[in-house]
Amino acid sequence: MGRMAVVEVAELTKTFVVPEREAGLRASIKALVRRKHREVHAVEEISFEIGEGEVVGFLGPNGAGKTTTLKMLSGLLYPTSGEARVLGHVPSKRERDFLRRITLVMGNRNQLQWDLPALDSFELNRAIYRIRRSDFTPLRDELIGLLDVGDLVRKPVRNLSLGERMKVEIVGSLLHRPQVLFLDEPTIGLDVTMQKRIRSFVADYNRRYGATVLLTSHYMADVVALCRRVVVIHHGRILYDGDLARLGAEFAAYKTIAVDLLDGAVSLEAYGEVVEREGDRVVLRVPKEETARVTGRLLVEQKIADLTVHDPPIEDVIELVFAEPK
Amino acid sequence: MSTQTLPEAGRVRSVVDYYLTMMRTSIVNQFQYRVAQYFYMLGMVAEPVVYLVVWTTIANESGGEINGITTGEFAAYYIVWTLVRNMNIVFGAPYWEWRIREGRMSADLLRPLHPLHNDLAWFAGSKFVLIVLWLPIAAGLTIAFEPTVDPTPLEVVVFSIAIWGAYLLRTMIQSTLGMLCFWTTRGAAIFDLYITTELLLSGRLVPLPLMPDRVETVAAFLPFQWAFFFPIDALVGDRSTAWLLGGLGMQLLWIAISFVAFRIAWRAAIKRFSAVGG
Repeated sequence: MGRMAVVEVAELTKTFVVPEREAGLRASIKALVRRKHREVHAVEEISFEIGEGEVVGFLGPNGAGKTTTLKMLSGLLYPTSGEARVLGHVPSKRERDFLRRITLVMGNRNQLQWDLPALDSFELNRAIYRIRRSDFTPLRDELIGLLDVGDLVRKPVRNLSLGERMKVEIVGSLLHRPQVLFLDEPTIGLDVTMQKRIRSFVADYNRRYGATVLLTSHYMADVVALCRRVVVIHHGRILYDGDLARLGAEFAAYKTIAVDLLDGAVSLEAYGEVVEREGDRVVLRVPKEETARVTGRLLVEQKIADLTVHDPPIEDVIELVFAEPK
Repeated sequence: MSTQTLPEAGRVRSVVDYYLTMMRTSIVNQFQYRVAQYFYMLGMVAEPVVYLVVWTTIANESGGEINGITTGEFAAYYIVWTLVRNMNIVFGAPYWEWRIREGRMSADLLRPLHPLHNDLAWFAGSKFVLIVLWLPIAAGLTIAFEPTVDPTPLEVVVFSIAIWGAYLLRTMIQSTLGMLCFWTTRGAAIFDLYITTELLLSGRLVPLPLMPDRVETVAAFLPFQWAFFFPIDALVGDRSTAWLLGGLGMQLLWIAISFVAFRIAWRAAIKRFSAVGG
């Protein structure tokens, strides 16, 4: 890694105990006498480190343990076991110096005063984070400029659209210039333009301030645009931690071969699964270990104008990773 | 590029700054809904007016007084009651449940400031608006019911402190009870029991001297009267300096007890927080 570790996680575990009962009156009466509980292992012994200034994508399907991990790292949840350190602090102690240096942005949560313009909430954040006015005003104006929300921050928050609210929410979350950003689905529910805007803002903030970012998102475009490294979590366990580019090589069981034929009428079913055919262009899906052999056969046996081999799209790879049995 | 944390402003100055900023924000927010606030206050006047009419009628039928309390003193009691009741509105125990369920708790915990400061400052700010809105209501009730009140300067000073003491005390009690929401999502039954007990033993329903002796004795060992009866009586009653200062001392004692109870409950509660609401 080479960089100083800002986030250090070792064997971190979170188990929730939840009440459970069958539907119906009988089960309800039974539950009065004897309540049943079940342990839900939201996060199981995960370990990873994130270096200073890194932007890491934290991927996983719903219920995989992403948000639980972020909540433990930001001090909202006490871990059941294991250790976490962020900027040298134990998050669950919720020390003031720690909370002044991090932020957690949750895409579908509103932390601003609903009935007041965002500027009033920003002012409140200044007081909460004890920011000197001489530092606060230029930073606030800089963030407002970066996200282009100058005309929005004077409107009551309740009058803003979801995307507008998200932008001012992000400004509010960064007014104390946190060094670590935990972003939980920051672009959820936003249109493509707004998603792009927020992506470029996060990249910009990371460049300007050298901030460390751990990002969860269901939109692969967010991850591809921002993260070189991804951590994939599923059923509370880490399945992969490494370069996004290598994820395909690790998990994809197939590759695609795009062939431009000189004679488009030829059938290529014998070489692999035809997933696309358009004029003289055919796209085949073949098992990864057979790619070289099939490519060789195609070049020898068919009249080909062009041939390219691709790893499957990252969305497909992620789907494959998530399909891994528990 | 800068990875440095922003320098921190001075501690005491920052706390004062936070309270002033939060109170200002709360006042701005209250003014946003001033008409709704006013109707809410008018609605709240109904309760003491009912008590006042009942007790005035009984007093008139009993020769002008009950247990030495005249109709004019009843009027004074219930008019001051309206202000004390408004001062007693705090971030109630059931709202902790709302705070957790709606994900507000997570947002509050992410801040480098205890949520209690948020509640205290926010509601303290709203009190200034309530006091301003209360003045015409008090004037109207004074004209209608002709209260008898003649406070000394000391009584006015003690009353002015006691209404804020009552606010602080009730905040601490309600917040301590609110910690139950970390264990159960059905704390309502316990909160209702608390409200009923408080209603009877605080002087809200009936001035305490009208209660049976045994009830008065029980009330003396509980905190409720120091948040309700004491501030009212400090202004409208005819009490000694020792009693007035002793009352402030009792408020302080109960605030300290409930603060310690809250701290203990908070430490246990926060470990149970599961951030289910977000």
